[in-house]
Amino acid sequence: MDKQQLLQQAQSLQEEARTLAEKAGELASQAAQMAQPAAEAAAAGGGHTPFIFLFTAFVLACFVGYYVVWSVTPALHSPLMGVTNAISSVIIVGALIAAGPEGSDISKIFGFVAIVLASVNIFGGFLVTNRMLGMFRKKQK
Amino acid sequence: MQWAGFAYLVAAICFIMALRGLSHPESARNGNRFGMAGMAIAVITTILMPNVVSYEWIIAGIVIGGVIGAVIAKKIVMTALPQLVAAFHSLVGLAAVFVAAAAFYNPGAYDIGTAGHIAVASLIEMSLGTAIGAVTFTGSVVAFGKLQGVFGSKPLVFPGQHLLNAALGLLLLGLVVWFCMVQEPWVFWAIVLLSFAIGLLLILPIGGADMPVVVSMLNSYSGWAACGIGFTLANTALIITGALVGASGAILSYIMCKGMNRSIFNVILGGFGGESGGGAGPAGDDDRPVKSGGPEDAAFMMKQAESVIIVPGYGMAVAQAQHALREMAELLKSNGAQVRYAIHPVAGRMPGHMNVLLAEANVDYDDVLELEEINRDFSSTDVVFVIGANDVTNPAAKTDQASPIYGMPILNVEEAEQVLFVKRSMSPGYAGVQNELFFRDNTTMLFGDAKKMCEDIVKALER
Repeated sequence: MDKQQLLQQAQSLQEEARTLAEKAGELASQAAQMAQPAAEAAAAGGGHTPFIFLFTAFVLACFVGYYVVWSVTPALHSPLMGVTNAISSVIIVGALIAAGPEGSDISKIFGFVAIVLASVNIFGGFLVTNRMLGMFRKKQK
Repeated sequence: MQWAGFAYLVAAICFIMALRGLSHPESARNGNRFGMAGMAIAVITTILMPNVVSYEWIIAGIVIGGVIGAVIAKKIVMTALPQLVAAFHSLVGLAAVFVAAAAFYNPGAYDIGTAGHIAVASLIEMSLGTAIGAVTFTGSVVAFGKLQGVFGSKPLVFPGQHLLNAALGLLLLGLVVWFCMVQEPWVFWAIVLLSFAIGLLLILPIGGADMPVVVSMLNSYSGWAACGIGFTLANTALIITGALVGASGAILSYIMCKGMNRSIFNVILGGFGGESGGGAGPAGDDDRPVKSGGPEDAAFMMKQAESVIIVPGYGMAVAQAQHALREMAELLKSNGAQVRYAIHPVAGRMPGHMNVLLAEANVDYDDVLELEEINRDFSSTDVVFVIGANDVTNPAAKTDQASPIYGMPILNVEEAEQVLFVKRSMSPGYAGVQNELFFRDNTTMLFGDAKKMCEDIVKALER
């Protein structure tokens, strides 16, 4: 009698445990499902710096630019334009990303054209600045 | 992808060093090397990214562009620098438009969504970059045309111009809003076309001698365009560099405007010097007597002088007279005279234009002084030799309140013992005002081509 009762109790406990385990499993998978979009967003957002960080960099760079450019001697204002012109072609970074992927769609062609334009500027800008600066030498008397 | 972020930061720092180097001619060449290194770092970092794989396209593009750029940089004559810089600005602007277009058609590559479902913030940044880039492109093309002499350098003004520009500006704003809402390709291209038109209309009414301001302003724009694209791409190298360039151009525009005592709005709204003859001012009384002389007179006067200041202007660049001028200065120096050069901030067609031309002619940069450095020395100078400059020496800027150039800082040329003024004819300068200086007792006009005159003076000095 006692044995039977114990056996029955044990069986019912076993069943309850199984259902609980099943529920736990369901819950876990649900939780996983719910977490997935968040994880995906986090993964995708890895490349995305929040706007405020970019904006901070922008504002600080404006200040750096302001003080650095005021310290440029007026005699070198032409080379300054040459250099700034050359470095603004860093926009080639965007062009490289556009022309980079496999295949050949319209955006790739846009990227290619932009690479050519920016390269003219990079090479032309730095070389012409170099030429200008080469002339500003101390003259031996 | 962490390392890429660091690499872009290093590139940006290199660019800052490149600008910092320009505080002195000796450190400037090193600075330029920093700039090149920064650019190489930025390009290589991008090429090493996992989704950038079509190397043949990339290398072909860089080689084609690089060869064109290198050949141009090698061949260009220094007097043509302003138009070269304007042409280069137009390329940056156009590149910005193409990058924005690529981002719009293939947003996946830039991680800003899928076609038709781009984040609104990215759309705003993209359209700003596009609009500024497109304005920079056509604006620079017009500036290039004016500097190269393809279009007349006269300002083009018509009634209702400012109203039209304002209306187009509002229309552009509306299009940007519409673009963010519907994300349709035609709205994107409408923004591009409208910005092209605005760029044309903005620069057409501005005259030739205001080009230093325009070239600086377009320099600034090309920076802001790069910034806009940088926000779209979330790329700090682009944002920092764009801000540096933008700030640089803005400061140069400010310095140029101050050199003419005009506000930036006054320049942009344009039309200055357009009214032929300039109603105000004594432009009409040309029949007053002037003293004129030849190269022998000039040579005689300068031989006696112990101190000479040379004031070069755009006319020297046009006549390519810098080499002959330097030769003349060398002879005077060997004769025992102190010879220096005085540069007005707005002399020439771009900031620092005269300094480059004199450096090209092998003039020691220690002999070349800015307005503030040399202006009080004129009163103790024996002979001032003005070559190709005009309005920047006009004493009316200090005394005549009715003059359009009143308040403009000028070189105190009239305080010198003797003034020699090389000029082709009696025609007034850019501002349309007759120069009071021509009629002074201590002024001698040397009529003729600037280069020929310098060569003749050299011959007379050698005799």
